Amino acid sequence: MKTIITGTFKRGATVGTVALGAMALLLTGCGQAPAPAGGGGSTSGNAAAANYLGCIVSDSGGFDDQSFNQSSYEGLKKTVTDTGIKMKEAQSTTKADFEPNLNQMANAGCNLTFTVGFLLADATKKVATADPKLHFAIIDDNSIKLPNVKPVVYDTAQAAFLAGYTAASVSKTGKVGTFGGINIPTVTIFMDGFAEGVAYYNKQQSKNVQVLGWNVATQQGLFANTFDIIQEGTKATNNLIGDGADVVMPVAGPLGKGAGDAILAANKTGKDVKLVWVDSDGYLTAPTYKSILLTSVIKTMGDAVETIVKDDLAGKYSATPYIGTLDNGGVAMAPFHDLDSAVSAATKTQLDTIKKGIIDGSIKVESKSSPK
Amino acid sequence: MSETQKVKDPTPPVKESQGSQVVREIMSGNAVISVLAVVVALVIGGILIAVTDPRVSTASGYFFADPGATFSAIWSSVSEAYGALWRGATYDPTARTWQGQLGIFETLTFATPLILSGLAVTLAFRAGLFNIGAQGQIILGAAFAGAVGFGMHLPPVIHLLAVILAGAIGGAIWGGIAGFLKAKTGAHEVIVTIMLNYIAISLVLYLLKNQLKDPTSTNPISPQMDANAMFPLLLGPNFRVHAGLIVAILAVIGVGWLLNRSTLGFEYRAIGANPKAARTAGMLVSRGYITVMLISGALAGLAGVAQIAGTEKSLDSEIAGSIGFDAITVALLGRSKPWGTFFAALLFGAFKAGGTSMAVNADVSIDIVAVVQSLIVLFIAAPPLIRSIFRIKAARREGASA
Repeated sequence: MKTIITGTFKRGATVGTVALGAMALLLTGCGQAPAPAGGGGSTSGNAAAANYLGCIVSDSGGFDDQSFNQSSYEGLKKTVTDTGIKMKEAQSTTKADFEPNLNQMANAGCNLTFTVGFLLADATKKVATADPKLHFAIIDDNSIKLPNVKPVVYDTAQAAFLAGYTAASVSKTGKVGTFGGINIPTVTIFMDGFAEGVAYYNKQQSKNVQVLGWNVATQQGLFANTFDIIQEGTKATNNLIGDGADVVMPVAGPLGKGAGDAILAANKTGKDVKLVWVDSDGYLTAPTYKSILLTSVIKTMGDAVETIVKDDLAGKYSATPYIGTLDNGGVAMAPFHDLDSAVSAATKTQLDTIKKGIIDGSIKVESKSSPK
Repeated sequence: MSETQKVKDPTPPVKESQGSQVVREIMSGNAVISVLAVVVALVIGGILIAVTDPRVSTASGYFFADPGATFSAIWSSVSEAYGALWRGATYDPTARTWQGQLGIFETLTFATPLILSGLAVTLAFRAGLFNIGAQGQIILGAAFAGAVGFGMHLPPVIHLLAVILAGAIGGAIWGGIAGFLKAKTGAHEVIVTIMLNYIAISLVLYLLKNQLKDPTSTNPISPQMDANAMFPLLLGPNFRVHAGLIVAILAVIGVGWLLNRSTLGFEYRAIGANPKAARTAGMLVSRGYITVMLISGALAGLAGVAQIAGTEKSLDSEIAGSIGFDAITVALLGRSKPWGTFFAALLFGAFKAGGTSMAVNADVSIDIVAVVQSLIVLFIAAPPLIRSIFRIKAARREGASA
């Protein structure tokens, strides 16, 4: 018996591997060969664009984090389609990868390199200083002051304000919750805006909806203290639900998935909890949670990425920070999608008024973390 | 004496002999198997690269109309990827700057902690212990080294020596716990070291939020090491390769001497070959387990020093990356010999340095490197499979000989 198995396996291993590989390749091998390329095919964009190299380095979240790495990456991909530039990408798995990845980009001669996240600030600064001819843009960080590094930051509090107002209006328990990954400005700016939106709702509608997990005055609240361990998001969300919250906004990158899982589980036991996604439209990037997704606080990084590349292509690069606001569309609140009926028509009208108010400055959204 | 003996080996005798047989089996794999495992892993990696390349799938769509197109697409796909891997790890004439062309020094930088932690696993292997805890020992070593590196301010040279010593002690404590538990209670070192990995990471995260935290930062990250506490860069500021490499090479020579020339090393090899026979021959097996894990942990701790005082400068919870687990593969590939481990670590350093280049320049996911590395483990851990593919006779048992 044993010899039979070994015998089959011997042949199977060599012949089988080849056969399997060949079969996979030839499965649809009956098509027509393309005509020999004549004029070089379709070259979209101009010659300058074809020689332009746009590059992107992720932080440890990777390009599939359903959050800012992903939206920046997709923005650059879209730019490639639209303008005909070339792109290179490198994912980091740990902090130790940042510098080697950035060095590779510099080696490859990238005209403009996007570094995603404040964690890459040190590495970006080092590589940008070493090579002043190359352009960089760092997302979510405003600490580098170099002529070849453009900070890309977002006044997210403006969009989170709208989400907070919406959350307060749909809450049945009178409690809404939020938690962060780590207590840092790019996270707490969401929580500030959210809490202020709730407070504005209370003032306008004479209600008393409570915010769990964040205190604007003390700048303290509930934090998972990680951006990596998804279960921590589940834990934090369960705590908030246990305390009575029926809308939860996780501001912790991939931990949003943990929050979504916790809510799905809680709703199976008869609760009615809703989720507010952040960074990207969760309806598109995290469709698992469609059924509980109230809205998302979006940073439209893709658009910013495309604008910056186009400016650089046109020779208009500058290190002046890009600040995304409701006004320039850099931040926004996503549509309600499947939960559209949960938000009353009156609230929708009020939201439109508030949005106009924030843009014209009659409603002030003040977060300590807002970019100046 | 008789009482300690009873406590020494509470595991059933059958299990013990099976465990050491597996260790011996893996150790007895010869160099040809290591090389072939790498070759086969690279070939399968190549197939994956070709199959996932859109150019290949496009060309295979009209395979029967133009078969040559498919083969040239496969060739260019695989040769571009492995070409970029090779150039990134050695010398890349296409890079824009001359510093960037010399990827070989990145290879050496990445190899440094792998050499040290690979030696840690190798040494324990030779005494018949699977030290899966290099990860935790690296983290503890880095934490101890960091505490001395940024917490104290000492004159040059002395500070670096203190950092190295502290890292070795940190790792030795973590490894020693597993050795002590194995010797005194028979707790299996695989389970204990795996669990200690988790404890190490949580412990360091706790310290990073409290005692070791950089007061100016909101993140769980330590302050930067003093300049005096850092390994000097061997080739100036343009390259990351640092004096930790010299420490690693000295460690290779040291472990080689320990295993092959010293009485202690003879005891370890005897215990690894047959603990019962070693005990009958009058060796203190329990003492052997404790000391080998202390030294093994110290070596892994030095890998942590190479990280924090070589490249990273500050401590965070990701300081060990995947080094502690790659170390196991490195030791397997190096056939549990000090110099074998050295060259295996160089290969893995090259994979790491070249993998980045491959991802950037050939647009192949760096995950392919992880796949190749995993396949290497698979093929080494399953030598009969390799033997059957290439029809090699089973390697002769070499017992405890070096």
